[in-house]
Amino acid sequence: MSETYPLQRESEFSWRIEPTGKMRVPGIIYADEELIRAMDDKVFEQLCNVAGLPGIVQAAYAMPDAHWGYGFPIGGVAAFDADQGGVVSAGGVGFDISCGVRALRTGLTIDEIEPVKKQLADALFRQIPVGVGSTGRIHLNDKGMTAMLRGGARWAVEQGFGEMEDLQHIEEKGCMAGAVPDEVSARARKRQQDEMGTLGSGNHYLEVQRVAQIYDQRIATAFGLRENDVIVFIHCGSRGLGHQIGTEFLKYMVLAASQHGIELPDRELACAPINSELGQAYLGAMRAGINCALANRQIITHLTRQVFADVLPKADLTLLFDVSHNTCKVETHLVDGRKRKLYVHRKGATRAFGPGNPDLPETLRAIGQPVLIGGSMGTESHILAGSEKGTELSFNSACHGAGRAMSRHQATKLWKGRSVVDELADRGIIIRSPSMRGVAEEAPGAYKDVRAVVDAAEKAGLAHKVARVEPHVCIKG
Amino acid sequence: MGLRGYGATQAQAFEQVALALTATVTDLHRVRSSQCVTIECEGEDRELLLVDWLNALVFEMATRRMLFSRFEVRFVDRRLLGKAWGEAINRERHSPAVEVKGATYTALKVAQLANGEWLAQCVIDV
Repeated sequence: MSETYPLQRESEFSWRIEPTGKMRVPGIIYADEELIRAMDDKVFEQLCNVAGLPGIVQAAYAMPDAHWGYGFPIGGVAAFDADQGGVVSAGGVGFDISCGVRALRTGLTIDEIEPVKKQLADALFRQIPVGVGSTGRIHLNDKGMTAMLRGGARWAVEQGFGEMEDLQHIEEKGCMAGAVPDEVSARARKRQQDEMGTLGSGNHYLEVQRVAQIYDQRIATAFGLRENDVIVFIHCGSRGLGHQIGTEFLKYMVLAASQHGIELPDRELACAPINSELGQAYLGAMRAGINCALANRQIITHLTRQVFADVLPKADLTLLFDVSHNTCKVETHLVDGRKRKLYVHRKGATRAFGPGNPDLPETLRAIGQPVLIGGSMGTESHILAGSEKGTELSFNSACHGAGRAMSRHQATKLWKGRSVVDELADRGIIIRSPSMRGVAEEAPGAYKDVRAVVDAAEKAGLAHKVARVEPHVCIKG
Repeated sequence: MGLRGYGATQAQAFEQVALALTATVTDLHRVRSSQCVTIECEGEDRELLLVDWLNALVFEMATRRMLFSRFEVRFVDRRLLGKAWGEAINRERHSPAVEVKGATYTALKVAQLANGEWLAQCVIDV
């Protein structure tokens, strides 16, 4: 337990740091005792720093998978009111704008893919560009880029990548409003021109998974999930374009902080008032970055469908949902009995709208939003649903993954990529990756226990567990 | 991931950090230094300049699809004049592990140590 930060236990799964010094609101952490003991003091330090930013509302939150990040903790949630001097922060969104997870049903059961699993893995690895230096088949000129940045997944569907029906099951219906492509620099565009429809590297992946366990039959049925069904998880973000937007605006915000009268305890917390030229410019560019990520996952979905059509013609890939976990979005939340329009930053945190939320598609409105939690490649992932209590607990936010338990460097000292691949193969999990060192860095043992994280999220009331899924094929960046 | 470079001068420390940047992606000895790219950054603050230098390299790596294994840095007034030698990414030979998204302001430090040596460090996002 932290000796430096006075954590008060509010409930079995909720901890509080009362405001002291420059903190304007408390810090609240959702975790069980074991997870909180394992958290680095840096998480609490960063949470307290976030709690001191201008215009922050209610509290600075950390999700059960929180670990220390750049400025904001990863697994951090903070909402700001523009009319109270609230800020928007490039560091509070992160470099990989709108990085997220998309889940597809396949209409197949595990028995049907077992005989062709290797063929499926090879075809996916061949067709979906993955890893450092890979390029997509779509090369956008400046006009095409602008249309993509404005239209997101909607643009991708109009280009022939997927179905209109898909858009209903994507946050913002596949197109983030308020994107301003003119705020996306020539350098950011250049980084993206050959990267549409690429998975990237690091912790990004595409997995073919089996529904191994159903926790909530009613919600699973509504989500169209049964035990032994095969589903696909796609985890990637806004690629080079998002990284470049993050890089550039972080610097602009660092340089302008003093002009805006903002005192930064850590330069990485760089932010600008929402109601400022720079704040608005970032929001326009960041929203364009969200569209880039949505378009990217839509194109990868299309490629995945093509592969399944070749290998398993019976397959019918339909979109369960697409969530983003690095964003800042304008949402209305009830604070002290009053509805307020807030700029909610989620950095490594998943939006988790509960039942009845008007932004959910009709098919999901009575049930709550699917919350997709990716685990490490050899373990398991989880599907949850947003809860009724989410809005008061965390502005409808939940965890986003397992979170690393050790550095990449430590992981390569403990594991070799080839032996990780062989060990997973013995357990029926096929890994395809252009980099064995990348596989070692992403070894399952380098991550925390994702089950402990989702259990804590459920018990804290952030989301309901619906199903646990296990990987069978993993295309790893 | 944290990068740290030491050198007899600030310029050398910047060159060393750049080597560390490549080492996060691949083994340095696998990268041939056959092609040269020039980089120029400008600024008053030497720490911000370090982030600019690394981000300029990240940009060149991403858009030219190259890796670099040799660096030269010179400071002229407020400007950093850099050269990076490398080659196009070869996925078989380099087996690149991660793509660097950007250099951050976290743990950012450029300073002369008590022994006279220069230190340059920051955390990068991969």
